[in-house]
Amino acid sequence: MTGLAWAVPLLPLLAFVVQLLLRTKGTKKLVSFIGVGLTFLSFVFAVYLIAQSFIWNHNIPTWQINWLHIGSKVVTVGASFAPLQVLMLFIVSFVSCLVQIYSIGYMKADERSNTFFAYLSLFTFSMLGLVIAPNFLELYFFWELVGVCSFLLVGFYFYKESAKQAAKKAFIVTRIGDVGLFIAICLLFWKVGSFDFSIIQEAVKTNQISAGMITLIAILIFAGAAGKSGQFPLHTWLPDAMEGPTPVSALIHAATMVAAGVFLVAETFWLFEASSTALTVVSYIGAFTALFAALIALTQTDIKRVLAYSTVSQLGYMMLGLGSLGLTAGLFHLFTHAFFKALLFLVVGAVIVAFSNEQDIRKMGGLGKEQKWLGITFLIGGLSISGIPPFSGFFSKDEIFAAVYQSGKYDLFAAALLTAFCTAFYIFRLYFLVFTGRGAVGQTKTFSWYYQVPIWVLAVFPVISGFVQFPKPILGQWLKSSESGTLWWIALLAAFVALLGIFLAYAVYQKQWISASSLMKYSGFGYRLSYRKFYVDECYQALFVWSLKGLGWVLMGWDRFIIGGIARFIKSLPYELGTIGSYVQNGQVQRYLLISVFGFLLLLLTITAGRLIF
Amino acid sequence: MYLTSYLALAAILFCIGLYGVLSKRNAVMLLFSVELMLNAVNLNLVAFSRLGLFPNIDGQIFTFFTITVAAAEAAVGLAILISLYRKKETAEADQYNSLKG
Repeated sequence: MTGLAWAVPLLPLLAFVVQLLLRTKGTKKLVSFIGVGLTFLSFVFAVYLIAQSFIWNHNIPTWQINWLHIGSKVVTVGASFAPLQVLMLFIVSFVSCLVQIYSIGYMKADERSNTFFAYLSLFTFSMLGLVIAPNFLELYFFWELVGVCSFLLVGFYFYKESAKQAAKKAFIVTRIGDVGLFIAICLLFWKVGSFDFSIIQEAVKTNQISAGMITLIAILIFAGAAGKSGQFPLHTWLPDAMEGPTPVSALIHAATMVAAGVFLVAETFWLFEASSTALTVVSYIGAFTALFAALIALTQTDIKRVLAYSTVSQLGYMMLGLGSLGLTAGLFHLFTHAFFKALLFLVVGAVIVAFSNEQDIRKMGGLGKEQKWLGITFLIGGLSISGIPPFSGFFSKDEIFAAVYQSGKYDLFAAALLTAFCTAFYIFRLYFLVFTGRGAVGQTKTFSWYYQVPIWVLAVFPVISGFVQFPKPILGQWLKSSESGTLWWIALLAAFVALLGIFLAYAVYQKQWISASSLMKYSGFGYRLSYRKFYVDECYQALFVWSLKGLGWVLMGWDRFIIGGIARFIKSLPYELGTIGSYVQNGQVQRYLLISVFGFLLLLLTITAGRLIF
Repeated sequence: MYLTSYLALAAILFCIGLYGVLSKRNAVMLLFSVELMLNAVNLNLVAFSRLGLFPNIDGQIFTFFTITVAAAEAAVGLAILISLYRKKETAEADQYNSLKG
């Protein structure tokens, strides 16, 4: 039965092929049901695998065949089903299945919905393939495939200029990180002579690679992870990627694809463990990204952008956890975050539909009365992301706090706490602005079960998923990482900070004891800085776009005037000579005569001059 | 009398003739200018036969000969010119360009 593990990634691929064939002929219902059905089947297999591995503790054998022979070197392809891989298979297939059900309702009116579902299947396949890859080459292959799917789905509304730009940006910015990953893979192959994780891990253990080289490779791999996972300074594509349809935002830019970076760092964690410098880089960039993105999320007015920056911030948390040697902490947060962030995005998608495609939170309000179920589910997601017990976010964040505290970097610990405060504030700012207060909806909408089922199913998980690690660290044992448990005072502190954030949001946006505008005025430049996203995009515009454009202009001038000038000169030289010649030979006897007279005079002059000189 | 004065006069006449040949468009004027140049040469011949290093009657004979030939040439030239004028209805030399490729 474990031999069927292969079916998990292959079923979505099958779905993609069938959907592609039926793209123009098939009805919307048929195409979408093929996607959902096969993804659900794939999810069932994933559940079976997790039962095998997690409950019965079976080792699922790695499958591998030789693919290429390069001299004496052999490149293999295969699939490995270690606990980490199985966990990711479960998350990806589960969230993907739910998001596809949700999309049936959400994309009902879109005439290109068949293409949309085909893309979703392709994405699911690539992500599942990425997860089970046992070597760097296969991982890189799926890594790029995932990037392509992201590009296609972000640019799904390609007739919108902003969506087109966002798709390009998502592709190009992640490419910068991918170059890092590519170089790292090249270096590893050069040093070890293999792409296989297990062989490279052995080489690292037996000190076959110098310490400096390990640090370099680890940081390059992290660059790739930072590109995909939206870590500073490559985070700018993620908020812009919200131009895609909301289910895509939920699936790709919250729950699964952006987790690929975190997964990569976890997968190659032995490399990071071997280099404290690399770990420090990971933890500092993670902490900075977490705080930085949370500060931006405080003031954004587009509901999806708030969630996008929140995703960047939470991914920063995961990196911070990993960088502080908390492998379980980071993965646990990845696990819980996948559920509550997908939930939040799906709810927000329904909210946007309820407000007739309005995304500005200042124009929303009072939805909680008309759509009580949306209010409740958002509240579950919000409490979870804020870290309020007993919701899952509390446990996973707590693990990260403990890991950071135990690593002894107290500045990072303070940053993480501050981020927790900001997180609670911005998510409840959303809640109070959208769901309470004056109603601005007008007509009540009824949502079909395509909306309701995925949201309710996802709403269950933030409530229960925290308990896989508490009271007993089952997840940690399964992932075979030895970490000491949490400290109770940290848990209390974190919950208190989160409550403080919620209370502040309550005071400002619900009771209006402190008016939001005076807060805005009081913070002055800080507010503007946050609202304009710390001017990062503007800086990149000035630093890279304009400088490259300037270089382009210079090169174009060089080409047009210098190179082109020489070419034009060479072209015109015979032409001009010919013009002079034809001017002389105009067929008029008198001109010939004149010229011969000149020639004669010249002859006379030369002879005379010759006489005088010699 | 010096030989130089005759030679200078001949040179001036020749140059005037040359200028006429080069600059005039009227075919009649061209023929006149050619005559002028021929006569400048005749003047040279006569001057050398009388005042040259070895005075000799040969130059004068040659001059008569040239005048005769020039008269014949002028007769033929004018005859061609008149028939051309009848055909083209112009005496401008640059209009006679039907041989131009």
